[in-house]
Amino acid sequence: MTVENGQSTVDSQDWPLWEVFVRPRRGLAHSHVGSLHASDAELAVRNARDLYTRRQEGVSIWVVPAAAITASSPDEKDAFFEPAGDKVYRHPTFYPVPEGVEHL
Amino acid sequence: MPGASGLLSEVAAAEAELRAAADRDRGGDGAGVAAGDELAAYFDEVVGADQKIEPRDWMPEAYRKGLVRQIAQHAHSEIIGMQPEGNWLSRAPSLARKAILLAKVQDEAGHGLYLYAAAETLGVSRAELFDKLLSGRQKYSSIFNYPTLTWADVGAIGWLVDGAAIVNQVPLCRCSYGPYARAMIRICKEESFHQRQGFDLLYTLARGTDEQRAMAQDAVDRWWYPSLAMFGPPDAESTHSTQSMAWKIKRFSNDELRQKFVDMTAQQAEVLGLNLPDEALGYDQPSGHWRYTQPDFGELMRVISGDGPCNRQRIEHRRRAHDDGAWVRDSAAAYAAKQRTRKAAA
Repeated sequence: MTVENGQSTVDSQDWPLWEVFVRPRRGLAHSHVGSLHASDAELAVRNARDLYTRRQEGVSIWVVPAAAITASSPDEKDAFFEPAGDKVYRHPTFYPVPEGVEHL
Repeated sequence: MPGASGLLSEVAAAEAELRAAADRDRGGDGAGVAAGDELAAYFDEVVGADQKIEPRDWMPEAYRKGLVRQIAQHAHSEIIGMQPEGNWLSRAPSLARKAILLAKVQDEAGHGLYLYAAAETLGVSRAELFDKLLSGRQKYSSIFNYPTLTWADVGAIGWLVDGAAIVNQVPLCRCSYGPYARAMIRICKEESFHQRQGFDLLYTLARGTDEQRAMAQDAVDRWWYPSLAMFGPPDAESTHSTQSMAWKIKRFSNDELRQKFVDMTAQQAEVLGLNLPDEALGYDQPSGHWRYTQPDFGELMRVISGDGPCNRQRIEHRRRAHDDGAWVRDSAAAYAAKQRTRKAAA
């Protein structure tokens, strides 16, 4: 069900695994909603339509072979994402705004 | 139906909690490249903080295995569960009821797929799970081994069987394993439609002719105890419970959930105007719960071990569909391979 499952073993007799992304409405981003098996991309889209948009959940579907997804590793998440933590100056709230300044 | 709307709002609350858990700052998130004990401590910390375990996180092997077993058997139940109701698709008494039943059976197929996908994130393949189902090494819910003898059974399944399923599944929306919790949220929302359509079907029959009313009552009589048995053996005999609760896979005991179901259903039966087949059934003012007679757990064990009314038929049907469909699956795979080759050549 998640993007990180590119690792799951795909049996040779089994159809490949596809990850499904649905955009709920115009203006919103595609979100990952789940995965399914299908022999090819066209059938994956059709099955995703039946499976994930039966109740008007979306207006656009992307399917991606799970094998085509590379995910970051949870083991290195601290080291990998650390720079975000020690660069506080990236946030606008880091900067003091003097009394009386408007529209800043 | 106050019961169902209460359950639906619990699903919505679980969904909100899922988002909140993701934002919660656990502090001391220093797993880094930890090994051994540190990984286990990190796992315990995540579960303790009501956050979600995700597929690539380290987890105890028994946690993984237990989840594979539970999710797979849950998925198998959805797939086998299409048979008893599918039995009435071609004989539904009106086009509207037929369309509703088709939509419902389609949902069950979808639930099976969500659950197989959730199981696959634990490193098993769907083909392997199919194989375990067909060879009897993995089970499915005992309830689907009972026959659907009349049209009213479709209503009893919706109201009682899906009702019991929801009571069981709503707490799983808060399960510690993220992919399972997310699948359960989707499923419970759809399952509420099933429960309501079943109630609506029985409500209509109960207000119809004497024959229709009798048919509805007969269906409720036959499905009541098998539905109660769906919650599994009594707490004292439940083998997986303690560990499942510690790992926050399971949130309530079998008996607690069964009681919750009885409380909800007894009230709804009054509105339906149908009787639940239990002489001892009665509201107990001091406790605020309904007293009821326990199902025959000996029968439950017999059905689970393969000796229920329809066990052989259900598996035989599934096996035949699988075998007869082999050439279609092969064709689709061959066609996909051909298209790939053509695309590569172009």
